[in-house]
Amino acid sequence: MREKILSYIEKNSRIDIKDLAVLLGMEEAEVANELSAMEQEKVICGYHTLIDWEKTNNEKVTALIEVRVTPQRGQGFDRIAERIYNYPEVNAVYLMSGGFDFTVIIEGKTMRDVAQFVSDKLAPQEAILSTATHFVLKKYKDHGTVLVQGSKDERMLVTP
Amino acid sequence: MRNPLSDKVISIEPSGIRKFFDIVSEMKDAISLGVGEPDFDTPWHIRDEGIYSLEKGRTFYTSNAGLKELKVEICKYLKRRVGLDYDYNLETLVTVGGSEAIDLALRAMINPGDEVLIPQPSYVSYLPCTVLADGVPVVIELKAENQFKLTRQELLDGITPKTKILILPFPNNPTGAIMTREELKEIVEVVIEKDIFVITDEIYSELSYSGNHVSIAEFPGMKERTILINGFSKAYAMTGWRLGYAVGPKEIIEQMIKIHQFAIMCAPTTSQYAAVEALKNGDEDVAAMREAYDQRRRFLVNAFKEMKLECFEPFGAFYVFPCIREFGMTSDEFATRLLKEEKVAVVPGTAFGSCGEGFLRISYAYSLENLKLALERINRFVERLRAEKCN
Repeated sequence: MREKILSYIEKNSRIDIKDLAVLLGMEEAEVANELSAMEQEKVICGYHTLIDWEKTNNEKVTALIEVRVTPQRGQGFDRIAERIYNYPEVNAVYLMSGGFDFTVIIEGKTMRDVAQFVSDKLAPQEAILSTATHFVLKKYKDHGTVLVQGSKDERMLVTP
Repeated sequence: MRNPLSDKVISIEPSGIRKFFDIVSEMKDAISLGVGEPDFDTPWHIRDEGIYSLEKGRTFYTSNAGLKELKVEICKYLKRRVGLDYDYNLETLVTVGGSEAIDLALRAMINPGDEVLIPQPSYVSYLPCTVLADGVPVVIELKAENQFKLTRQELLDGITPKTKILILPFPNNPTGAIMTREELKEIVEVVIEKDIFVITDEIYSELSYSGNHVSIAEFPGMKERTILINGFSKAYAMTGWRLGYAVGPKEIIEQMIKIHQFAIMCAPTTSQYAAVEALKNGDEDVAAMREAYDQRRRFLVNAFKEMKLECFEPFGAFYVFPCIREFGMTSDEFATRLLKEEKVAVVPGTAFGSCGEGFLRISYAYSLENLKLALERINRFVERLRAEKCN
């Protein structure tokens, strides 16, 4: 049942618990209990809002940085990851397979902000061998949601 | 000038839905719960395969009965989902939607005067297609107290020495009723004993919410007297591609192919290529859409319960069929007032047969937000009617 709750709220975390219980054929109390249990167990890590900043006056740039590192003795990648993810401007850090080690996603006000972060904070770190910064030019789809076009119901109003 | 028209065609009533459509389309900003098709787009990988077939220049006719590859996949699918073995070559025909298959089956099997049993409420085309094929439609009126399932006794009451065909429309549009294995078994006994044939319209088979769909063709002795009709419209959200199929005894399919070959040639080639992809890699999409419908189904049934509107729980298709008899209005009056006063379009039960009087077909092929908004309005309307009645 947890998976059903999760797969629903992953798409819409603002749904009423009462409605969610009806949709899933569960008792309201049962859903509420599962939710709070999952919050405590950190299965549910947060309820965020997907925002298309393009449509606001707020300027924002997103960059995806490929980072190559030398893992440190006894601590592997985790210690380096921590040194990166503790910066508040870092949105996401993933350990990768393949040609580089980390993907770091960062958000800044301007490209200059991002460049400064890379040159002042990332690149000088001892364990970091190299970085390659890619700026996001346009977000078409994020978190499973298409941002570029609104879909319209074009069906006829009444059909057999 | 002489009368250019056929008396037979003139005798056929235009679809009741059509009348309602004309009223609705004049309303601005009406919310509709009136459609009989999925709200999902066709899954992208299926659309992509259709596009790819066009890019490849696959723009020719296919063989009359359909692409071999598609027929093979249809037979594999039927084996996988209902455990039935059909010969792709002799027992399978790809049609322009399930609707064409219904028409072909009736035309291939009816001799003038043969009686065709049509349980109602049901899809709008069975009766006119029977008449056009010179058959005599005999309506079996299904009842709310049986949850609109066909019972053994109702079937027996409809049978005469002239009865040749039973149409079996489950999961049902508009009621959402399904038939379980036990319930079908009782029908099977009568059908075999009375030596009649079955056209089973299983277009909503994938939208069953209480376990897997059961086909009447699965029962011993039934495959040889059953034309099974299904298609891609509901399961894969492919209504506009117009693609369905029929499987059954080769003697009947052969004659259906003959009519199809002269009337249609072949089903659209692009759609057939897309459908191959749907059957090969579409099971997960179907499961995801089924889950979404099931959630909304529970939501709607619960909402009507809270409104204290009598409504049995449907286990198939994407419709609920609440009863509005308490208001002392016909379905048509209720639906028309609901549309005018609250701008919500639903379909009167009578569009699917006169025994749909007192009921409404409400579709849940809509987003939750849309359903909620519509339900609020229906609730307001229902409360107003109850207040009117008290005064």
